[in-house]
Amino acid sequence: MDEKWCLGCHLCEYYCAFAQTNEKDMARALKDRKIAPRIQVEDSGNVHFAVSCRHCKEPLCVKACITGALSVEDSVIRIDPDRCVGCYTCVLICPYGAIAPAIAGATAPEGGGLVVQKCELCLQNKMGTPQCVQNCPNAAIVYEDRG
Amino acid sequence: MGVWGGVYPEYEIARNADRCVVCRVCERQCANEAHEYIPEINKMAADDAKCVNCHRCVALCPTRALKIVKSGNTYKENMNWTEKTINEIYKQADTGGVLLSSMGNPEPYPIYFDKLTLNASQVTNPSIDPLREPMETRIFLGAKPNAIERDENGKLKNNLPPQLKLTMPMMFAAMSYGAISYNAHESLARAAEELGVFYNTGEGGLHEDFYRYGKNTIVQVASGRFGVHKEYLNAGMAVEIKMGQGAKPGIGGHLPGAKIVADVSRTRMIPEGADAISPAPHHDIYSIEDLRQLVYSLKETTEYQKPVIVKIAAVHNVAAIASGIARSGADIIALDGFRGGTGAAPTRIRDCVGIPIELALAGVDTRLREEGIRDRVSIVASGGIRSSTDIFKAIALGADCVYLGTAALMALGCHLCRSCQAGKCNWGIATQTPELVKRLNPNIGYKRLVNLMRAWQHEIEEMMGGMGINSIEALKGNRLALRGVGLNEKELAILGVKHAGE
Amino acid sequence: MRYMIIGNSAAAVGAVEGIRRTNVRTDSGREILLISDEPRHTYSRPLISYWLQGKVTEEKMRYRGLDFYDKNGCILLPPKKAVRLDADRKKVFLAGGRELDYDRLLIATGSSALVPPIPGLETVEHAFTFMSMDDAVALRKILTAETRALIVGAGLIGLKCAEGIRESVRSVQVVDLAPQILSSVLDETSAKMMQDHLEKKGILFDLSNSVDRFDQNRAFLRDKTQIEFDALVLAAGVKPSADLVKNAGGRVGRGIVVNDKMETSLPGVYAAGDCTESLDVSSGEIKVMALLPNAYMQGECAGVNMAGGTASFTQAVPMNAIGFFGMHALTAGVYTGETYVDQDQEHYKKLFYGGNHLNGVILINREEKAGVYTSLIRERTPLDTLDFDLLCRQPGLAAFAQTGRDAILGGVL
Repeated sequence: MDEKWCLGCHLCEYYCAFAQTNEKDMARALKDRKIAPRIQVEDSGNVHFAVSCRHCKEPLCVKACITGALSVEDSVIRIDPDRCVGCYTCVLICPYGAIAPAIAGATAPEGGGLVVQKCELCLQNKMGTPQCVQNCPNAAIVYEDRG
Repeated sequence: MGVWGGVYPEYEIARNADRCVVCRVCERQCANEAHEYIPEINKMAADDAKCVNCHRCVALCPTRALKIVKSGNTYKENMNWTEKTINEIYKQADTGGVLLSSMGNPEPYPIYFDKLTLNASQVTNPSIDPLREPMETRIFLGAKPNAIERDENGKLKNNLPPQLKLTMPMMFAAMSYGAISYNAHESLARAAEELGVFYNTGEGGLHEDFYRYGKNTIVQVASGRFGVHKEYLNAGMAVEIKMGQGAKPGIGGHLPGAKIVADVSRTRMIPEGADAISPAPHHDIYSIEDLRQLVYSLKETTEYQKPVIVKIAAVHNVAAIASGIARSGADIIALDGFRGGTGAAPTRIRDCVGIPIELALAGVDTRLREEGIRDRVSIVASGGIRSSTDIFKAIALGADCVYLGTAALMALGCHLCRSCQAGKCNWGIATQTPELVKRLNPNIGYKRLVNLMRAWQHEIEEMMGGMGINSIEALKGNRLALRGVGLNEKELAILGVKHAGE
Repeated sequence: MRYMIIGNSAAAVGAVEGIRRTNVRTDSGREILLISDEPRHTYSRPLISYWLQGKVTEEKMRYRGLDFYDKNGCILLPPKKAVRLDADRKKVFLAGGRELDYDRLLIATGSSALVPPIPGLETVEHAFTFMSMDDAVALRKILTAETRALIVGAGLIGLKCAEGIRESVRSVQVVDLAPQILSSVLDETSAKMMQDHLEKKGILFDLSNSVDRFDQNRAFLRDKTQIEFDALVLAAGVKPSADLVKNAGGRVGRGIVVNDKMETSLPGVYAAGDCTESLDVSSGEIKVMALLPNAYMQGECAGVNMAGGTASFTQAVPMNAIGFFGMHALTAGVYTGETYVDQDQEHYKKLFYGGNHLNGVILINREEKAGVYTSLIRERTPLDTLDFDLLCRQPGLAAFAQTGRDAILGGVL
């Protein structure tokens, strides 16, 4: 994420929310719904930047998770919704604020029983590649494996 | 000024309410504030009067809920009193000001490129498959020696004046830093470097960050002489004297003080916030002899290492002027037709002054050949080059190379809204507002320029192959490669082209 | 190298993972021996209340997958209590007399319930602590729709237990000496909000009160009232299980004393988790911080060091994420210094700051980006390097200087 190029257009949030719905058409997916994206743009005057999970090498959230629902798979921090009880310890410990309680009725997959949500690089939905990266109009969000 | 002042908006923003998800990207991205969010009903609204039809919102709308349509409002028009004419009168009656416009001449003059067709090989000469055979699109710009010279030992003397080497016959036209943004300049410079061609600084000087692209830079000296110093003149590979511009022949330039922000001011070497006025004439040039003095003072400064280009607008007696330029010591003549773009010009000038590039180019090439001085100069054609076929036809009409301005900007996102003069370019091109400038990420921009140029290069190779030639040099001035369709005798004579069927 | 870990919870699992990321398992074997007196696959202790509530099954309580021990080359011995440690001879003695040798030992024995010496306690038929799955299983066995439960202690354990059984019993009454609930976690205002919420869900509180004595099904309170009950849960506190180290001559304060590398004063012996005491960087005090995240991180640090790597754990802060019936409290750090408060009926935010640092935070139903605050506390970030006013209103990275943010968000190379 390079804030030099972030325009604060917030499209990443919408593409993220759309990706979670597994719908084909964004209008149908998001029309009249409150979105709960896993990437969030912070605006401060003319400074804009998007924050999502950094997939840390030393992930505090994974270490702090009381149930083992959070784990690292192939360098991606995944969440197992079956095992999450919604204690929010991860929310309390993530230094970037990249994990959030899932909002009831928002654009989460149906029946997933999701309690907290975070970016999983679109591996958990039909898209397969990070939609925020693919649809950022100014290439401010890039996906790089920094080893 | 009262009820007479209102001009009905030319466009309407059509929003499909069924598809709008109220993401507000249209609102966030419109510097003209045409879109507005109405929280009470959680819906978007639009003010058509503020829309310049730049398509930023259309392009970014993630659900394709937006389009811009021509407003259906009609005056009681006739052939004489068109909507444009009527609106102009109302505007001027309202403001008392000179009408300003940008980009190129939009009026329905004939476009000769579209009345010329290309030849292809059949039976008597073989065509070439460009995928199998090497195709040469490389060119050299600069004066060529009249004859081979040998020294006393019979060895060849290198009497070749300095040349510009290009991998393809296209360059980016002069667009100044100030008229266009830092990121636009960076995109052009990086694309030129990657492609092995040149971009042109325009008359605004060269930002210190861009000296590193010197091997692919042409620096310009114009009547305002902004940002000109010895280091600048030596920073690029050639120096261009701008005598005129196709969009506004005979007119100087005026960059409003608002665009002279800190960096622009330092680069142009003028105070921040001061209007940058380029005088209509160069005050030291009243004749070809005066021009020769400037050409040679620039050559002195650059120690005869760099070719000097003289750029003129295509006007009525362009051929005679070009002849004089060729004799002034210039190495390259750039001809700019009246469809060439601009960041701002008086509308009347843009729309009514100058001549089409096709006729100017053919006229100049013919004249220089007749006078036996064609090899003294290279010719760069510009002003309304829209495609690889336009380039191909321009070369057949006598050009060595073309300058691309508008097409390059379109690759960077320009949607031809023709509102550059307002400085609120939503695509980050013709603006100096930091929030807007950052919308053009040069990492994307330069790639798009490279894509466009490479695509055109491929198409040129295809056309060359079809004609059975494998070097672009072989096409130069080859009018037999062209035929006219629907042109009268006079036009064909000037173009030096036979009519189709002949 | 023979690694031995006494314990089978968060710190133990952290240690296994710490050892294995430093010293990748060789084919030669299972060098990690785990000793626990519980006959269970590693499970998440905080989930016992969720299990009582029926929110998780026993399977879902597994802290790591069933293949955890195999994958990491561990042997979990049949349940036996480790009763004695001889650090000089590097031996551990199990109940029943078996003795085992080790090269590196980790004490991850956790804590046990503090049972207050209340007269008559021995006459109570159904008295429980609430620390382990066994406790929960035993408790559930006797609960019926008619049960009147009495919980002594309105701390985290007591209230999680209250939440866990509320739906399945007739009444739940909580007694605590303190004038507020969750006195170690919340301030007065937030405690009141949480108490109101719990009361709405039918839990009864008797605060600033205590049990003087029991007589079978009857508790006699300090204020001379009496409570009749069918089940008693004692949740008055916990104490670190430090005896092994203490009896072996190791240094023990409130808990086992360890350094940044999780080494005890005994050579080759490490300790991690609830049995230790450590420095709370938010207050500068040595404390027992019996918290699962700290336990895991200490365990992991110990594991790395045991396997010959280098790790240190220096950023322990008290930290609690607790929710009762949908109302969530997130807290971190220590509650001293100047305060910033932002509250309405259902939301509460209180920041404690001073000396150029954020010291503590209490959030009720204000989860958004809470970790940004925790991070400031843990990292001891100087507040003059950021826009603290903005941060008070809105946690986020916007308050940081751009260079700091670039370091976090990566920029583009």
